[in-house]
Formats: sequence, structure tokens, C-alpha cells
Amino acid sequence: MDPTRSTASGLLGLLGSKAIGAEEVARAYLDRARKFDRLNVFVHIDPENVLAQAREVDRKRAANEPLGPLAGVPVAIKDLLCVNGEPTTCGSRMLRGFKPPYDATAIAKLKAADAILFGKTNMDEFAMGSSTENSVYGPTLNPWDETRIPGGSSGGSAAAVAADLAPLSLGSDTGGSIRQPASLCGVVGLKPTYGRVSRYGLIAFASSLDQIGPFAHNVADAALLLQVVSGRDANDSTSVDLPVPNYLETLEKPFDRPLRIGVVREFLGEGLDPEVEASIRAAINVFKEQGALIEEVGLPRSKYGVPAYYIVAPAECSSNLARYDGTIYGHRAADFSPVSPEEAEIPPLIRMMMASRAEGFGAEVKRRIMLGTFALSAGYADQYYNQALRVRRLIRDDFDQAFQKVDVVLGPTSPTPAFKLGERVADPLAMYLSDIFTITANLAGIPGISVPCGLTRSGLPIGLQLLAPAFAEETLLRAARLYERASDWGDRRPELL
Amino acid sequence: MSLTREEVARVGMLARLRLSPGDLDMFTGQLNQIVDFVATLGELDVTGVEPLAHGVDVRNVFRDDVVGPSLPREAALANAPKKNFEGFLVPAVLD
Repeated sequence: MDPTRSTASGLLGLLGSKAIGAEEVARAYLDRARKFDRLNVFVHIDPENVLAQAREVDRKRAANEPLGPLAGVPVAIKDLLCVNGEPTTCGSRMLRGFKPPYDATAIAKLKAADAILFGKTNMDEFAMGSSTENSVYGPTLNPWDETRIPGGSSGGSAAAVAADLAPLSLGSDTGGSIRQPASLCGVVGLKPTYGRVSRYGLIAFASSLDQIGPFAHNVADAALLLQVVSGRDANDSTSVDLPVPNYLETLEKPFDRPLRIGVVREFLGEGLDPEVEASIRAAINVFKEQGALIEEVGLPRSKYGVPAYYIVAPAECSSNLARYDGTIYGHRAADFSPVSPEEAEIPPLIRMMMASRAEGFGAEVKRRIMLGTFALSAGYADQYYNQALRVRRLIRDDFDQAFQKVDVVLGPTSPTPAFKLGERVADPLAMYLSDIFTITANLAGIPGISVPCGLTRSGLPIGLQLLAPAFAEETLLRAARLYERASDWGDRRPELL
Repeated sequence: MSLTREEVARVGMLARLRLSPGDLDMFTGQLNQIVDFVATLGELDVTGVEPLAHGVDVRNVFRDDVVGPSLPREAALANAPKKNFEGFLVPAVLD
């Protein structure tokens, strides 16, 4: 049997019963990663290191030592989570060769769970993008159609699970960067509540929006990985001190009263691909058959989500990315001599920083740094930044009102299935609108999940998005599981040759 | 609103980004397009609405001010683009 066609829970069963060893599992995934190298999923992978971790799990098991909840399960890691001594480059020339001197908390938790850290995955540079095309390593290909993008920014992590190059992966979601690629790659992807998972060691893009979360083949596996990485951390003062429920224990529990689902009126309007809409309507019927109560809800200010986000996120990014100036770590330009009389007036240190940043960052990162710098600059901050923060509260108020009536809200994850490579590269606004349904959850801080709910006639995955109130991950996972139990879309895998 | 090429150059300076004439042309066009798009936020009446900086209410978190372990100098310098045995090297700040 081929372990790479399994799920994380399936693998844990096999490993636990000693039907297979962790080293054998790791070798199978390494072989497969090599075979499908053309998908450009991994940007760093160290086979010797992977095998050494697996052998250590086998040794512990043979010695009857206690094992963590992910013992022997390979987990692919988005290339923005710091792993001590391993390359961590954010898909950027700026961080080429960077090896962090510490582990992100999520990574430390994976190690404590005896997971196998299985390679770093491709991403849009500094997590800015919706297609994984903004990577210095070139795009990742969608395993369902290699002429199309996998979504982004966590495109490598989504494609890793979709192509069975790892049964689990971690990504980060600032405006949809877990849920949108999960949708486009036909896997489950979950963005936890802001503060549920420590961001310590997650290379920052927009600190009030970023959140780490899992990709998996099914809801139970996503719950398992979420469980491992969640919890309060002294190193992230925005991580919240609330107990982490046992998500797996309650996953199969029937609801005491019918689940109330709000179908978001604004998410099923114009601009939605007809095949996506048909799949979402079919999913609503599945929920009805399962006894859920369906009603329509409005999120009237959601159309301002994308514009508010493109002030707030670039503003925070312009501040966070100011640290890359070629002094302490990261790229430094070899030549920063003046190229114009104006530049000759600039002190050499500043010129060094300007040249290093110009060489180290790609176009989208520069665009967002410029946009954020503008939105925060004297004379414009009130008109743009403070206005966006006020709209952000209105967007959260919309959710608060909806959640007074329903337990979860429902809609499509992405307005279209995976688009063609190159299709939106020259049009930043069209790219930004890929996240129109996911972005509001980040602004409001609430959790969301994308689960597979269909395939287009041409065989591209479609994702269903569910959103829940802050810290209601249990409800979110149980609702997703209610759907998953009555459908088989999550079992489909792309045919890769 | 319309951002001029000079304003974009000024933003580039504030952001510490060296921009070529080609960059300036491209970013001036694109930033204007994006700024026009985000300007739709002005349609909403936000009188009396408090700005929201975080989706989830987080209050100041305090801990005791105790000295903990810090990175050894060697580890802190390991990723430096230019260094000597004790510090980061940068171009002269003062003439």
C-alpha cells in the first residue's frame, strides 16, 4: 500500500499499529515530492533531516517512550514560519539564505508533537498575493490543472496536501491566504480566530490580521493540527488566554438543537461564477437534509471589505517590512553608489537601504509598501487609515448582528475556480478581488474554514466557506463535519502522472 | 484623487525604496487605480464610529521585568550581510 494516499488520521492508525514505520512513510513522501518536483511546491527540503526526524520517532516507538499526537506524520510548512537553523525565505530575494536562530511557537509545538517537519512550501512573497506567482522561486502549479494557479498566498501548502506530497501543512491567512488556496486546490483549510494560534516566529505581514492555520484532506485532520498549534504563548501578547477545547472529541457530536446557518446574501450576488453558485446552492441543500435551519443574512458593509483591507494591510506591512534595510539580516546591495545627482545628496547609509530594498523586494511587495506609506503619511492618515479602521468596526458589527441569529454563516470561498497562470499578474486590482469573500473574516478577527464542495465541468475544485464567531472553532468544525459526512467531495484527489 | 509622479517619488523616498523612472511610471498608474478604488470607503458615514485596530479585543499584557536568556552574539550576527567579530558593519553615518 502507498502511505501517501492516506490522511493524517489514517497514517496515525498505521503507525500506531506498527503496520508501517515513520521512516518508510517519510521515504514514500520524499519519493513523491521528487516525482512531482515540477509542481514547484517545496522551496527547501532536506531529505536527510526529514529521515533523521522519522528515525527518531521510530526509535521512540520501539523504546516505548511517550509519543506526541502527530508522531511520524509529515507536515509541510509555509516558508514564513521560522525553523531554527533551516532556510526561511518568505518567497523573497530579500531573505535568500536567511536561517532563523529560533523556532516559531507553532514549529516548537509541532516538534513537541513528534510531527515530521517536511520541507518549506512556496508562497507569494511575504504572503502578499492570491496566486503564488509573486514568488522569487516562480509559481506553484495547481495539481488539478497545471496551467492554473493554486491560489495564494499559501499556494505551496495547499498544493502539497492536494497532490499528496504531505498529509498536512501549515499556512497563514491575512486576507484569505489559507481558505482561498484550499478552495482552489480542493482541500480543507482553516483560519483560526485572531489570537488562537501564537504568531511568534511567523514572519509578519499585517500583524492585526495574520493568523496561522492548517491544511488537510478532511475536517478531522484539520482539527487535529489546529489542536496541536493552538494556545496562549508568552511570546505573543496577542495570543489569547482561553483554554483550547478538544476539537476532535466534539467533532462527531450531534448538535443539541438544529444548527442555524445564515446564507450571506451579498456573497451570492453578481460576479459569482455560475458553477460556483450551483455548488454552493447544492451544499445548502445538503445542510437542509442534515436538519440544519437555513436563513438568509445580510452583511451589508462587506463590499467595503476589500478597500478597507487594502488600507489596513499595506499600512501594517509598510511598518513591518521597514526592518528589511540590509543592516542586520537580509539582502544588502553590493553597489549603492548614486545613480543620479539627487541620489548623491542622500547619505550613503540611506542609499544602501534604498538600493537593498529595491533589489530585495518584488513588485507587489513594493506596491503595498508604497500604498501603506502613502496611507499613513502626513495629511492622508485620517482620510485613509482612520477611515478604514472605522469601516473595519462596521464590518465586524455586521458579523455580530448576523451571529445573533445564526451559529455560522455560509458562502463561497472564492468567486471563481482557479484561474490561469499569468491571467491577473498585470492587474493588481483584479488579483485583490480574488479575496472578496475571505477578507472580511480577517478584518473582524473571526475563524473561517473552506471545505471542498464540488468540481466544475472542467474538473476544478470549488470550496464552501463557513465563518463562525470569535473562538467558536468547535462549532465551525462540527458544522463543516456535518456537511462533509453527507458529501464525498473531500475524497476526490487529482490524477497526477 | 490623482497622485502625481512627484508624489509617488516622495512616497518612495519615505518608504526607502529606490525607484527607477520605469518603476515610477508603473507605480504612479497602479497606485492611482488602487487609491481610487479604496476611496469608495468615503461613501460610508462613520460619524461616531470608533476605529477598530484589532478584530478581537486585546488589552495590554504585562509581565514581570526579569532578565531572561538572550541570543549569543555569534547567533545574532550569523545572518548579517556584513559584520566583524563583534558587530554589524554599515556605511559611515557621519562624515
